[in-house]
Amino acid sequence: MTNHWIDIGNSDCVLMMGSNPAENHPVSFRWVMKAKDNGGTLIHVDPRYTRTSTKADIYAPLRPGTDIAFLGGMIKYIIENKKYFLDYVTNYTNGSYIVGEKYSFKDGLFSGFNAEKRAYDATTWAYEMDEKGVPKKDLSLQDPRCVFQIMKDHYSRYDLETVSSITGTPKDDLLKVYQAYSATGVPDKAGTIMYAMGWCQHSVGVQNIRTMSIIQAMLGNMGIAGGGVNAMRGESNVQGSTDAGLLFHILPGYNPTPTAALATLADYNKKNTPSAKDPLSANWWQNRPKYMVSMLKAFYGDAAKPENDFGYSWLPKPDEGKPYSWLDLFDAMYKKQIKGFFAWGMNPACSGANSNKTRESLSNLDWMVNVNVFDNETASFWKGPGMKPEKIKTEVFFLPCAMFLEKEGSISNSGRWAQWRYKAQEPVGECKPDGDIVYELFVHIRDLYKKDKKAKFADPILNLKWDYATDKKFDPHLVAKTINGYWTQDTTVGDKTYKKGEQVGAFAMLKDDGSTACGNWIYCQSYNQDGNNMARRDKSDPSGIGLYPKWSWAWPVNRRIIYNRASVDPTGKPWNPKRALVEYVAEVKDGKYMPGGTWKGDVPDGPWPPLKNPDGSAREDGKLAFIMKSDGYASLFGPGLKDGPLPEHYEPIECPVKKHPFGAQLNNPVAVMFKTDKDIINSCDPRFPYIGTTYRVTEHWQTGVLTRYVPWLLEAEPQVFVEMSEQLAALRGISNGEKVIVESPRGSLEAVAMVTKRLKPFTIQGDEVHMVGLPWHFGWLYPKDGGESANLLTPAVGDPNTRIPESKAFMVNVRKKGA
Amino acid sequence: MKLTRRDFFKVSSAATAGLALTGMGLDLSSVKAYAWELRIKDTKETPTICCYCAVGCGILCHTDKKSGKVIYTEGDADHPINGGTLCAKGASVYQLARNDKRATQVLYRAPNSDKWQVKKWDWALAEIAKRVKKTRDAAFVEKNEQGQVVNRCQDIASVGSAALDNEECWIYQAMLRALGIVYIEHQARI
Repeated sequence: MTNHWIDIGNSDCVLMMGSNPAENHPVSFRWVMKAKDNGGTLIHVDPRYTRTSTKADIYAPLRPGTDIAFLGGMIKYIIENKKYFLDYVTNYTNGSYIVGEKYSFKDGLFSGFNAEKRAYDATTWAYEMDEKGVPKKDLSLQDPRCVFQIMKDHYSRYDLETVSSITGTPKDDLLKVYQAYSATGVPDKAGTIMYAMGWCQHSVGVQNIRTMSIIQAMLGNMGIAGGGVNAMRGESNVQGSTDAGLLFHILPGYNPTPTAALATLADYNKKNTPSAKDPLSANWWQNRPKYMVSMLKAFYGDAAKPENDFGYSWLPKPDEGKPYSWLDLFDAMYKKQIKGFFAWGMNPACSGANSNKTRESLSNLDWMVNVNVFDNETASFWKGPGMKPEKIKTEVFFLPCAMFLEKEGSISNSGRWAQWRYKAQEPVGECKPDGDIVYELFVHIRDLYKKDKKAKFADPILNLKWDYATDKKFDPHLVAKTINGYWTQDTTVGDKTYKKGEQVGAFAMLKDDGSTACGNWIYCQSYNQDGNNMARRDKSDPSGIGLYPKWSWAWPVNRRIIYNRASVDPTGKPWNPKRALVEYVAEVKDGKYMPGGTWKGDVPDGPWPPLKNPDGSAREDGKLAFIMKSDGYASLFGPGLKDGPLPEHYEPIECPVKKHPFGAQLNNPVAVMFKTDKDIINSCDPRFPYIGTTYRVTEHWQTGVLTRYVPWLLEAEPQVFVEMSEQLAALRGISNGEKVIVESPRGSLEAVAMVTKRLKPFTIQGDEVHMVGLPWHFGWLYPKDGGESANLLTPAVGDPNTRIPESKAFMVNVRKKGA
Repeated sequence: MKLTRRDFFKVSSAATAGLALTGMGLDLSSVKAYAWELRIKDTKETPTICCYCAVGCGILCHTDKKSGKVIYTEGDADHPINGGTLCAKGASVYQLARNDKRATQVLYRAPNSDKWQVKKWDWALAEIAKRVKKTRDAAFVEKNEQGQVVNRCQDIASVGSAALDNEECWIYQAMLRALGIVYIEHQARI
């Protein structure tokens, strides 16, 4: 999240789209209702009418996979009705940039598309630069090739009629939403978006979110209290695990994984360290070399030296452009290319799209290690339905792990708060905390490599710093301190000397010469010389807007709302003094700020003075608002993505639509797809005439491994169900409560029919289109009559930028059992 | 003390048990005091954060000092986000702490077998380590087709986990990368 949970309560208009917070992040609704109690408007846009909808002032139905059409219409509305916050757009976004002449968009494709490679060459999306290498601008926003005008032209096709026809949302509802939300485009109103997997799990997932980011930037809602773009993440520590780089493409702290062509650290730094030609841009990622070297020092300790590039060559390198993400991993496993597998605190047999492909691929492994609190469909895959154990050679090691209250450590919530938690009881039976298991396993592995002098490339294994035990037991405090960072030698900075081994105060102090070690630069300050800041429980809130700056610790540097430089005008005064987030305070003389000024409020996005003096004159030492962008501006036009610089509506890969409303390109031309016999896609196929979607219920969580075994929860939600409209039930002769079969081109499962008024058929391009939805919390292992995983239905196709599967929109059939 | 039949009927028709027993002339103050102390006297309160979604609600665990077991969990009233409230899942974590279906033993499934065998930790970790080394060394890629140094172990993959603490995530990715593994994924991707 750019903001945080409590901040939702500061909003004047809460849009909940691609999400169902009342049911899936229930306690967040405490803050949604606070916004409503304070006079704010709640909007819920969703294919189903849910508990979130019951509290919304405006509910608008939407066909799964048409969010860009819906929001594109909102962009058109905002531009035509001049609802954008003009000063914010010209000062803080790239709306004024001039786009190069090579850029074009025609018939659903952007310029630079290579059909053979199924990829775009993004060089035609480049800006027109001035002689200094800074993009040319038209601050009047009139130039036909400025971003603002290009956007206006692009979304001119998203008129109410067309949008309504493709989304299934009645025109009145569209207008209601557009009017209510765009009213936040004024300095004293804040609008926020709460989204979740309803946006991510699509072949246009990133562009879904981009469309909303454009709207937020146009309305001046980024960086302010009650605004922002708020991703509601799904697991207690998925934020932390992402921050730690447990993904193929990033190292801890979001440094990109080095690729094969980058032979040395210098090559890596050259490729991945952005430079900024505009002196007003803070371009914070210019500090990347410091974070990389500090991380390498944390990995390899004294073995990381300037002479050996700090151990850079010990990091494994993917080939340029070759992905190793989830869908690729299981595709490789299906093709017998993977021999050993760790499913650590995960249940891929039920959680990954196209579960039949996943389950079969597990039987291709030589060995698998499964670490979990309960038995699950992945650990026991070999005795699952349709499996013949006598033919499956996969060895499986099941390691019982402790649950969360049986160990000590920190987790990071969606609002970037890293909260320390404590041990309330010893792990039961022979369970061990995951940290102990990782620690001890690596000791075993390393011992084998120590003994085998002829082993292959043992250096990174033998040199990995691994002294994270106290009294021979894994000690999370030692790791937390490493993640924060420490001085590797006595160092004098200014008039202060830091001793070797002392914790580093904050990431501004990290160095690229090996004198600092830091496991994850964004967590630098979390556990520093002041102590374990993540364990703080001070409830004071001097801000009055719910920042709680001394409750736990938020990254980066305890900044609670990021991009807060955009919450003030260029002279550093809040756009909305009644809900001030930060404010620049300095002595003023002759209309100019004097030296010695400071920022009050939240931790500012950098200590530099604002862009202008009170008299409006420009300051050379000011910095632009969006400090992590190399140019310093929020991107309305975004040339860095794989599928285009502007979001465009494309149909889900498996869809009920034959003809795209705008042009020839029906689906995302660069979406991720696979070609095995298990990867079948059937669009507009009469055998699978209904849209299928998946979602969650309050009482269960993810694949249900941690909820199906909890009697109180299972009693409330005992089995998988399929929700359908009364109209569809009548069409298929299905009664509420009867067992039906739901099938897709990839798999099928039995479910209890839940016939409801809360789902209604959509009218799409004049045709009636039905939808059904299922929760995906169940699996064959337990309980006996609980039902199977809805992921047996979903397709392994994905977004081209994130490669997240399209689990929210595919095609199915529903029929009475026995029919 | 002796209970006459008359007293018994007085007891059973009394409005509350407390009233009835005091009506019989019993001094209940020590009984009540004992019952009240038992609940809070021998427990230790430990704050934690819920293991389910990413709101990060505070939960207070009450651990019985004698048995060392969690006997009660509740929302942490001091937590600014949830202020003591919890959803159905967070409210039920007691049943994760005390659950007879928890996996409590190391298990092993041999090739082509149809059942689990109980094993010991030392055995399992040693055997896993052997397999990691064997699989890694058998197909380790030092250089790719272009002759670039890649130092990859492509034959081992890992998924997991958003359920691990920050400190556990960090050492896990450090271990995987030290082994040269590139297929590193977890919940964030799906």
